[in-house]
Amino acid sequence: MSKLVYLVPLFPLLGFLINGLGRKSLSKSMISLIGSGVILASFIVSGMLFFDVKANGASVITLFDFIKADGFQIPFAFQVDQLSSIFLLIITGVGFLIHLYSSAYMHDEEPQHYGRYFAYLNLFVFSMLLLVLGANYVIMFIGWEGVGLCSYLLIGFWFKNNDYNYAAKKAFIMNRIGDLGFLLAVFWLLFRLGTVSYGDVFANVSKLSSFDITGITLLLFVGAMGKSAQIPLYTWLPDAMAGPTPVSALIHAATMVTAGIYMIARSNILYTMAPATQTVVAVIGLSTAILAATIALQQNDIKKVLAYSTVSQLGYMFLGLGVGAYTGAVFHVMTHAFFKALLFLGAGSVIHAMHHEQDIRKMGGLKKYLPITHITFLLACLAIAGIPPFSGFFSKDEILTAAFGKNPLYYIIGVGGALMTAFYMFRLYTLTFLGNFRGTHEQEHHLHESPWQMTFPLIILAILSVFGGFLGIPEVFAKDAHSLEHFLSPIFAGSEKITGEHSHPAASQEYIMMGVSTILIAIMIGIAISRYKKYQLNTDENTGLSKVLEHKWYVDELYDAVIVNPLNAIAGFCKNIIEKSGIDGLVNGVGRLVGYGSRQLRLLQSGQVGNYILIMVLAMVVFVLVWFNDNAIMNFLNKIL
Amino acid sequence: MPIQYYIYLCLTLFSIGIIGVLTRRNAIIVFMCVELMLNAVNLLLVAFSKMHHGVALGSSPTTMVGIEGQIFVFFIMVVAAAEVSVGLAIIVMMYRNTHSVDINFLNRLKN
Repeated sequence: MSKLVYLVPLFPLLGFLINGLGRKSLSKSMISLIGSGVILASFIVSGMLFFDVKANGASVITLFDFIKADGFQIPFAFQVDQLSSIFLLIITGVGFLIHLYSSAYMHDEEPQHYGRYFAYLNLFVFSMLLLVLGANYVIMFIGWEGVGLCSYLLIGFWFKNNDYNYAAKKAFIMNRIGDLGFLLAVFWLLFRLGTVSYGDVFANVSKLSSFDITGITLLLFVGAMGKSAQIPLYTWLPDAMAGPTPVSALIHAATMVTAGIYMIARSNILYTMAPATQTVVAVIGLSTAILAATIALQQNDIKKVLAYSTVSQLGYMFLGLGVGAYTGAVFHVMTHAFFKALLFLGAGSVIHAMHHEQDIRKMGGLKKYLPITHITFLLACLAIAGIPPFSGFFSKDEILTAAFGKNPLYYIIGVGGALMTAFYMFRLYTLTFLGNFRGTHEQEHHLHESPWQMTFPLIILAILSVFGGFLGIPEVFAKDAHSLEHFLSPIFAGSEKITGEHSHPAASQEYIMMGVSTILIAIMIGIAISRYKKYQLNTDENTGLSKVLEHKWYVDELYDAVIVNPLNAIAGFCKNIIEKSGIDGLVNGVGRLVGYGSRQLRLLQSGQVGNYILIMVLAMVVFVLVWFNDNAIMNFLNKIL
Repeated sequence: MPIQYYIYLCLTLFSIGIIGVLTRRNAIIVFMCVELMLNAVNLLLVAFSKMHHGVALGSSPTTMVGIEGQIFVFFIMVVAAAEVSVGLAIIVMMYRNTHSVDINFLNRLKN
């Protein structure tokens, strides 16, 4: 069965080729059928693989040699194991729902662009599958670059808007910075171990010095920073909202940003062997979680709030990875994929109904117009806020409990972030769905629930968001009920052997922690709802801290001032001084010199026959003089030289 | 007669030819001056040829040394005759087109 693994990425690739090449001739319904169908086919194969792995264990399928040179070889091999099969299910499952949703959401596009959209989307899923399936770092890197490219193409999908192009470029460049770190890490591994295959690397990890491991893991983490939007490379993700809303859902939930988490979870042994890196990962993850949560408190664009919440949740995942709770991080990736995809698709449904209005201050009272969107959105908000028994509670709690075991300070700050999460999510919910409608009359007249292609994914994702958490019931509730941990244990066995048994807090303490945080979160939700329920549209400038938060701590401005503007200045210098007056000056100077010389020589050809004859005679005289006096001239020249 | 007289005469003729070519604008006169220069050179060739031949005859009555100069003159005369015919034809055509034989009218191609 696992021999058929190549089908999983093959289907989206075929979809990409068909839709990409046939975008001008295929009809819209055909395009959406192919685009969604290939992902569904991948999902079915992934499901079969999942059960195969569950029954028969992991395997590595080598398709052909990718690079073969003297001394080493890099096979084009796929890793079919517990971790990759879970990710396959998330990517293809959530990906399929997003494709289905897109078929209705993007229906106003022209057929040609509709085809282009689905082609990009399929390529995106293909790249992500390659990233997850690769059995060595090089294959992973192909997918790693592929998702970067596709995010660029999709963020800049509406390429006629220059701001969107700028956002696309920003995403691509930020990712490239991270990719450099990843690439250096791979070269370092290759240099030290001579192999990049997971199996060989993890088996020989003890041959590396601690300096090597720390360096490699830090560089890999730089790659993860770029792809998974951590400080300092996170600013591209909120700007990535320029793309169509389903694309945001795909980037934020199923693909792209989870790549960094997957990579670290895959390399968990390396990270466990490098405690210094783990601390860096945990601290950066936690700071990102807090920073992004504070920014989300004051954003007014419905998608921007969700974007910062993604950055914040990714921070939690990295916190989990940093404290060694690999299962918890993967668990949170999964539940986050469900509720974040749901939130984005719900936001898309709202935006669709509001005729592309994204400012939540101009919404309100949508509860009665969009009932299905409202209910599913509410469930997703409860899930992300961490109210039991919704899925977010279990995954976030697992990470925070593990963080408590490492350092209680992590736990306290993490809970603080979770409180902010609850607040901004319910601020968003209240402003959008409760209160009075604050938009124009025309918008109110056109409000409508979305078609079934859009509500069906919402309902499926809502069910998953509600019940997804039961895959990982913590040990205090029931012994050995954490089926995900049980399933993933072979992947993280090596790390567990090194760290030993996790120090769980006592059961009573854990109950108190859960209870207190849940009550605090519930209070936060109450505050948010009561505060924004009677919200009236006002356009007063925010002041003080709110203003700083609304401007995202001025991080973009800081980057502009420190990096972008100096680079632009250098580029301008190169362009104006070195290029224009240096190189162009030289080339044009040669041309000008020849032109000037020609213009002067042209005067000789006056057309006056008398002049010609005079010159001829003078030349003859000079010639005769030189001819008969060559010795004298040579002597003269010798004397003066 | 000493060779110097011939040389001075030739120089004079050649200079008259050059000055004529440089200063006159009438094409026919310029043409005549060119002929004058050619003939000055011819005269010089003949003079030197005679001088060298005369010296060589003194040692051998049948020598042909120095005779090349005179043969050369015939060549020059033939070439000059051909040149004259072509040149006069050009001048005639020029007169037909411009009603003038002023060489400064021959710059029409310039613009």
